[in-house]
Amino acid sequence: MIEAAGLTKVYGDTRAVDGLTFAVRPGIVTGFLGPNGAGKSTTMRLVLGLDAPSAGDVTVNGKHYREHRSPMHEVGALLEARSVHTGRSAYYHLLALAETHGISKSRVNDLIDLVGLHQVARKRAGSFSLGMGQRLGIATALLGDPATLLLDEPANGLDPEGILWMRNLLKSLAAEGRTVFVSSHLMSEMALTADHLIVIGRGHLIADTSVNDLVQRASKKLVHVRSPQAARLRELVAADGVVVSSIEPGFLEIGGLTAEEIGETAARNGIVIHELTPQQASLEEAFMQMTSDEVEFKAATHPSSDAKEAA
Amino acid sequence: MTSASFEVEVPRYAHVGNVTQLRVALSEWTKLHSLRSTRWSLFVAVVLTIGFSALFAAITSSHWGSMRPHERLDRHPIDIAQAGINVSQLAIVVLGVLVITGEYTTGMIRASMTAVPKRLPVLWAKLGVFAVVTFVLMLPTVLAAFFVSQAIVSKHAPLKLAFSHAGVARAVIGGAVYLVLIGMFAMALGAIIRNTAGGIAAFVGLFFVVPPLLNVLPTSWQNAINPYIPNSAFRSIFQLTHGSHSLSPAGGLAVSLGYTAFAIAIAAILLVRRDT
Repeated sequence: MIEAAGLTKVYGDTRAVDGLTFAVRPGIVTGFLGPNGAGKSTTMRLVLGLDAPSAGDVTVNGKHYREHRSPMHEVGALLEARSVHTGRSAYYHLLALAETHGISKSRVNDLIDLVGLHQVARKRAGSFSLGMGQRLGIATALLGDPATLLLDEPANGLDPEGILWMRNLLKSLAAEGRTVFVSSHLMSEMALTADHLIVIGRGHLIADTSVNDLVQRASKKLVHVRSPQAARLRELVAADGVVVSSIEPGFLEIGGLTAEEIGETAARNGIVIHELTPQQASLEEAFMQMTSDEVEFKAATHPSSDAKEAA
Repeated sequence: MTSASFEVEVPRYAHVGNVTQLRVALSEWTKLHSLRSTRWSLFVAVVLTIGFSALFAAITSSHWGSMRPHERLDRHPIDIAQAGINVSQLAIVVLGVLVITGEYTTGMIRASMTAVPKRLPVLWAKLGVFAVVTFVLMLPTVLAAFFVSQAIVSKHAPLKLAFSHAGVARAVIGGAVYLVLIGMFAMALGAIIRNTAGGIAAFVGLFFVVPPLLNVLPTSWQNAINPYIPNSAFRSIFQLTHGSHSLSPAGGLAVSLGYTAFAIAIAAILLVRRDT
């Protein structure tokens, strides 16, 4: 359980995190989403007490992280920035951290096996690829058998097999009743992994909702229709609140009616339908829409953003 | 790894203990000996301490016959025995700085401070482990440097110096104490500056740049200030004799401990207060 209340971090003139209030519950995977520079990594550093908040407060399992007597048993963390001495082997890196909590060598070896690093465990961590570094980070996070996991962009640098493995790992950890808080800037990945989402942009909370709700909210409720009698169908469905557009003959994009309503109208009038497809906005689109005002590093030529700034 | 299977079994572990100072010390010992740079620095310090003393002993011994009387008077066997310390101190200082700045430059510090979020136990453990390891290694080294150099030069009667002679044992052992203390002082500078080059530069500035600057001051000022500047105070620890314008070994030790404690105190305050 992670609870943040009015959490704020100011660096000079930048409000990296601005009044965030949220709770991350155990037993589910909670995705922490936001564009680059939204304040995800800063929030995670604040949770771990690496940075002190300028205002507000954040606790883990009821206490400030610093006050726990056995911190690695409470929280396992994978930070986005590398946190490994490049000159030390993976084995000794894990052993040194394990020893602070009296964790045994056999536990260290178990985790090296779990993340699949046994062949390179004695090699300098500086020689690791990004994916191997992420696996070492996961092993570090799991060392203390933590009740809460805090993972910053864990899929970074992983190959497709690694991403699948990570997804399953996160779900298993949540199924065991742990609190799993995972940041990402990829909505598509979170849609597959997370049950709940906390979305931020420029340090502000944008959404705190379940994945299903977000999909519902983002749906544009459009229906694609293909028919040789498209022009006739267009006249039949025309009504207040119904928007019909057509980009090619025989094709209609209808908003404001469900697929069922369109299909029944067509049937009553003996119109032949070749395709009738309800469109769901992708989560990616929903995410872009939600965060478009909050993106810190925006491409200057983006037409919609230009229009917004001009308005 | 069978990635296709859904279940990823994370083995549970019931034996996670609390963070204690002793456990953090054990962790810092693992960190220290598992780095090649550490092992090399210590190896180089040992080799230089003994090697340079032996080298100077051999040069002095072979030129002894051709030296003029006043030149011979300038040669003191304790200086020959301690010649290596002047060289090896750099390896110890660099190691002291690196032990802490190596964590900042690589990002390891974030892992260390996440494991030990109270932070100070890490600083105490680093200082303690470094002090013990350096002393345990450098004590036999300075003794070896003394006996090796004596084995080479003692055939010339004026260069013969008994270990049992008054103050000799104290001066020789003082060499190891000196190396431990400047290393700890350097580590504190590293913790304050958090950058390897910056930490070493700060040490070099304080110890090797300040002394010649004092030469432009009036002599009375020099005599009053010079014994207390870091370089002089620390070096007093391993001097066999001292004049009226330098501190006694005990006085030097006291002032050096003061400097070291002051630097460590600043490092500790900053470590707790600053963002990592």
